[in-house]
Amino acid sequence: MFTLKEFVQPKSVEEAYEILISGRNNTVLGGTAFLRMGSKKIGTAVDISKLELNGVKDAGSLIEIGACTALREVETHPLLIDHFDGAVSDSVKNIIGVQFRNIATVGASVFSKYGFSDLLTVLLALDTEVELFKAGRLPLDAFLKSPCEKDILMRLFIKKNGRNVSYQYLRNSASDYPVLNAAVSKLGSQWTVAVGARPQRAAIAMKASEALSNSSNRENPEYYANMAADELRFGTNARGTAQYRHAMCKVLVKRAIMEVLQCR
Amino acid sequence: MQIEINLNGKKVSIKVKKNEMLADTLRAHGVYSIRKGCDTACCGLCTVWVEEKPVLSCAFLSLKAQGKSITTLEGLQEEAEAFAQHLVAEGSEQCGFCSPGFIMTVLAMKRELKNPSDEEIIHYLTGNLCRCTGYLGQLRAIKKYLGVAQHEFCR
Amino acid sequence: MNFVGKSIPKIDGMAIATGKPVYTEDLAPANALVVKLLRSPHAFARIRSIDVSKASKLKGIACVLTYKDVPRARFTLAGQSYPEPSPYDRLILDEIVRYVGDEVAIVAAADEETAEKAMKLIKVDYEVFEPVLDYEKAIDHRAVVHSESDLHCNFDIGMQKDRNIASSQKVEVGNVEEELQKCAVVVEETCYTKAQAHCMMETYRAFSYLDHTGRLVVVSSTQIPFHVRRQLARALNTPASRIRVIKPRIGGGFGGKQTGAVEMFAAIVTLRTGKPAKIIYDRKETFTATNSRHAMRLKVRLGADSEGFIRVVDIEGLSDTGAYGEHASTTFGVVGEKTLPLYNKTRAVRFMGNVVYTNKMPAGAFRGYGATQGTFALETAVNKLAEELNMDPAALRLKNLIKVGETTLVSEGKTLGSSTLHQCIEKGQALIGWKEKYPRQATGSSKVRGLGMAVTMQGSGIANIDTASAEIRLNDDGSYTLLIGSTDMGTGSDTILNQMAAEVLDTSVDTIIVHAADTDISPYDPGSYASSTTYVTGMAVVKAAEDLRRQIVESGARFMNAALEEVDFDGQTLSTLDGEKSISLQKIAELQVLGFGGSRQLVGYATHGSSVSPPPFIAGFAEVEVDQETGKIELVDYVAVIDCGTVINPNLAAIQAEGGLVQGIGMAMYEDVRHDAWGRMMTDSFMEYKIPTRKDIGSIKVVFEECFEPTGPFGAKSIGEVVINTPPPAIAHAVYNAVGVRVTDLPITPEKVFLKMQKPGHHR
Repeated sequence: MFTLKEFVQPKSVEEAYEILISGRNNTVLGGTAFLRMGSKKIGTAVDISKLELNGVKDAGSLIEIGACTALREVETHPLLIDHFDGAVSDSVKNIIGVQFRNIATVGASVFSKYGFSDLLTVLLALDTEVELFKAGRLPLDAFLKSPCEKDILMRLFIKKNGRNVSYQYLRNSASDYPVLNAAVSKLGSQWTVAVGARPQRAAIAMKASEALSNSSNRENPEYYANMAADELRFGTNARGTAQYRHAMCKVLVKRAIMEVLQCR
Repeated sequence: MQIEINLNGKKVSIKVKKNEMLADTLRAHGVYSIRKGCDTACCGLCTVWVEEKPVLSCAFLSLKAQGKSITTLEGLQEEAEAFAQHLVAEGSEQCGFCSPGFIMTVLAMKRELKNPSDEEIIHYLTGNLCRCTGYLGQLRAIKKYLGVAQHEFCR
Repeated sequence: MNFVGKSIPKIDGMAIATGKPVYTEDLAPANALVVKLLRSPHAFARIRSIDVSKASKLKGIACVLTYKDVPRARFTLAGQSYPEPSPYDRLILDEIVRYVGDEVAIVAAADEETAEKAMKLIKVDYEVFEPVLDYEKAIDHRAVVHSESDLHCNFDIGMQKDRNIASSQKVEVGNVEEELQKCAVVVEETCYTKAQAHCMMETYRAFSYLDHTGRLVVVSSTQIPFHVRRQLARALNTPASRIRVIKPRIGGGFGGKQTGAVEMFAAIVTLRTGKPAKIIYDRKETFTATNSRHAMRLKVRLGADSEGFIRVVDIEGLSDTGAYGEHASTTFGVVGEKTLPLYNKTRAVRFMGNVVYTNKMPAGAFRGYGATQGTFALETAVNKLAEELNMDPAALRLKNLIKVGETTLVSEGKTLGSSTLHQCIEKGQALIGWKEKYPRQATGSSKVRGLGMAVTMQGSGIANIDTASAEIRLNDDGSYTLLIGSTDMGTGSDTILNQMAAEVLDTSVDTIIVHAADTDISPYDPGSYASSTTYVTGMAVVKAAEDLRRQIVESGARFMNAALEEVDFDGQTLSTLDGEKSISLQKIAELQVLGFGGSRQLVGYATHGSSVSPPPFIAGFAEVEVDQETGKIELVDYVAVIDCGTVINPNLAAIQAEGGLVQGIGMAMYEDVRHDAWGRMMTDSFMEYKIPTRKDIGSIKVVFEECFEPTGPFGAKSIGEVVINTPPPAIAHAVYNAVGVRVTDLPITPEKVFLKMQKPGHHR
């Protein structure tokens, strides 16, 4: 069981950040859905739910998602169903159940950089930026590659640029963690291939993305899918072996490319 | 620490430990419809409504419930009985241990979805595990309760 | 029939569905001590020293017990009739710990936090041994799981503990090797099944207290109150008459609660402290420190002649009982008992093999009890044989399966009293679309659909062992009280027994109060397991109700001064046939309980056991869709046509069937058990051990093909267990027909299917 010495609900992000960095064991509380599964020794728990960081908003050329937005809202929000080919909404649908997704938040999912995340893979294939209180605004890819430092994730911004995206996943059973997931997107001639649950966290297949972007002939999606599978690293865990994931990467990426090619 | 919550329409003040989860707080407060089935936030047994939304009370920090409205099956007895009649008519309550969380989710679904399809019902309830019934009798009961079966018949 | 064959709602349905406090934890006294168990982190070790002094001194601690503080008589936790066939191989706490999770110390405290704190203060020094983890390497392993000299067996179950063999068995009729030589076709298949977890939603729990006479009362979520009482008596060295076990509503059992997992720990705390105590296992403890299905390896050889008659069935098995031998020999025996009689055109049959001890969580009883494992192996082999013979697998079965009036090599001359299995197969074929779709159909892009099938039998109670008593009283107001000791665990058995009594007494279900189960009050019943309640307890109820009915008629006739053959009882009134005189049931009740003139309260009583265990049958059919690029399997359709004799309550039987099928589907496709190199179970939560959700099961059709079993109550057989058996072999067969891959080690995961499809030589 986790322990918790103090519980605070700051009124401003500044205050929240001050408290967060004032003690080594101080932690931002996300939705608390995963809290009980660990035995974390928390000093001061900083609840950021009063900071008005929740909700999905249309911000002109961007869609803004507050860190405290529940995954269920991501799933059902009309803006996220209507944009990004519904992939952002779809990506959270298989996470346990409604009553879990009503607690778990976007901020916790992204900030924790979970390897098994479905959401991260899709966000990575889109033009997503994260806004952190201290580190400021940066592309999601850069954030994922940066070392974990104490900060408060405030918002996500996804560019509403008409990028087409396809999200694919493979699960052993419906509400399990994915064996593998993939998202492929295309804006004009620029392609992005992202693969997650490898089981390491989602990453962009740079070579495959570039090759797709530079090619005028995409008759053979399998070629690019194989390229993605060969450039990424896969590991073995309870849900699948590296060998199987490598093979599945070819299939999921191929299917995603084909689906994107069909959205004209 | 003390929290004030609105529990089934009544204001109550309850003393909680800082690392206490709502499921434990409520059970200790005599709300016996709360059941825990998993410890890993994935069985749905402990589902209650916080501000009318179904959540896992085992994964909801009690301190975060401060000032919020909490609804449990005890607060919805009439509606619960109306649905339970259908469940029992199918025999699909079986051991009954998961019924409270299941019914809380069904009643939330009824408010949230209009004329849901089988697929939508199944999706909404995926987080409610049941080991006894195989789920099919529950679906039959829900459809009868929602009048969906009838509705389809008329079409 | 007014009640039998009707879908009467469960008598406890509304209370349990609407969250009323009727389960064990709801009833525990608020001041009960919280009992927690310190568990072994090692798979196999000896406790060199254990220091509880710091823990004991903690404020709020009531007691801390170690192996030094418990009685030394070994016992078994298996819920079986005395004398139990399971070995007496455990103590409440032992100096040797035999699996990761084995109990090291019992801590009782005023609250959970204190108990947890105390556990951390217990210092244990272990001498760690090399464990036996792989059951295929257990026999003659250099480590011996049970080397103690005081291990005791009530029967010769073929134990050779120095070789880690808990039980060794062999049944052979005819000469298998000789007959195999004569066969035109011989197939062999080796199948593996996992140690499936029951995953009942209510975890194991019990509480205990001393009553006003100082007797120990244990309230437990158990399937076996009378067996628990006997276990406690032996383990705690207390007369059984000083112990009372009460079963409230149970949140599921599936056989798991046929083993007394937790009662001991609360009880010993209450005896030592005099205080109420409760123990509630969390999900992790339930996964890792209770019991599971026996994992098995079963090698099947089948021989057939050129006409397609199966002449030889030979099964050689190995079963993993884990650290203790609960249900070890009996589950293994059932593998043979529920497979060898199915195909009775045989000339030689054999079942043999060993059950081994390993340093893993003990196995126990789980719905199907060996028949499930046996069915997977036998039916997988039969499907393979059909292919070798170039015969339709349904036709092969229709030709070879036992029929009513026939016997088998292993039936000692007894004939089959009832079966509609052949009709079940034909109906199932029609429902799944066998003629149109078998064996496979491409469904565009990368997907292909396949059909598969399997049949199975179970038993109804344990012949010559299960004996239940039932008592039914006519109360002073004309209502009845039915007293039984069986344990409705959600199945609805209290309701169907009520239906049977109502049928006999021509009364309505709601005039009968059903009471179960309390060892102080209930007549003896082994409990609800082995598919016995409808068939065995049911017959006891019918006989008790008939006994009471006879007494009512005699009494009324006497009050009216009429001859017995001149009166008729319609359930409410006893009248003379000429309509001249009548007396109401209520009046009879009133006069009888008053007790004047030699009358007494009327009580019907019966004890019933059966010399046969008539098998229910199922024909199961699966249609799957396999993604050839990923190996992902979707179960599209499942059809189960069931012969359980007379269906007493169609709705409750259907739910039993659907639930059992889904548990079988889970075993077939999702439920895996994994240990790490140190013997720690990795699949210890619903996040890691995936039982089917409602998205994982596809469409399921259950149909009953009724018949009348002459030895059953109203012609009924059993339903509870048989339902789990067909999905693993039928789904494996369907996958094979779809993509040509035969997965023989459960579960059938996408990765296994995919990797087998990549193997050289794979075609289709």
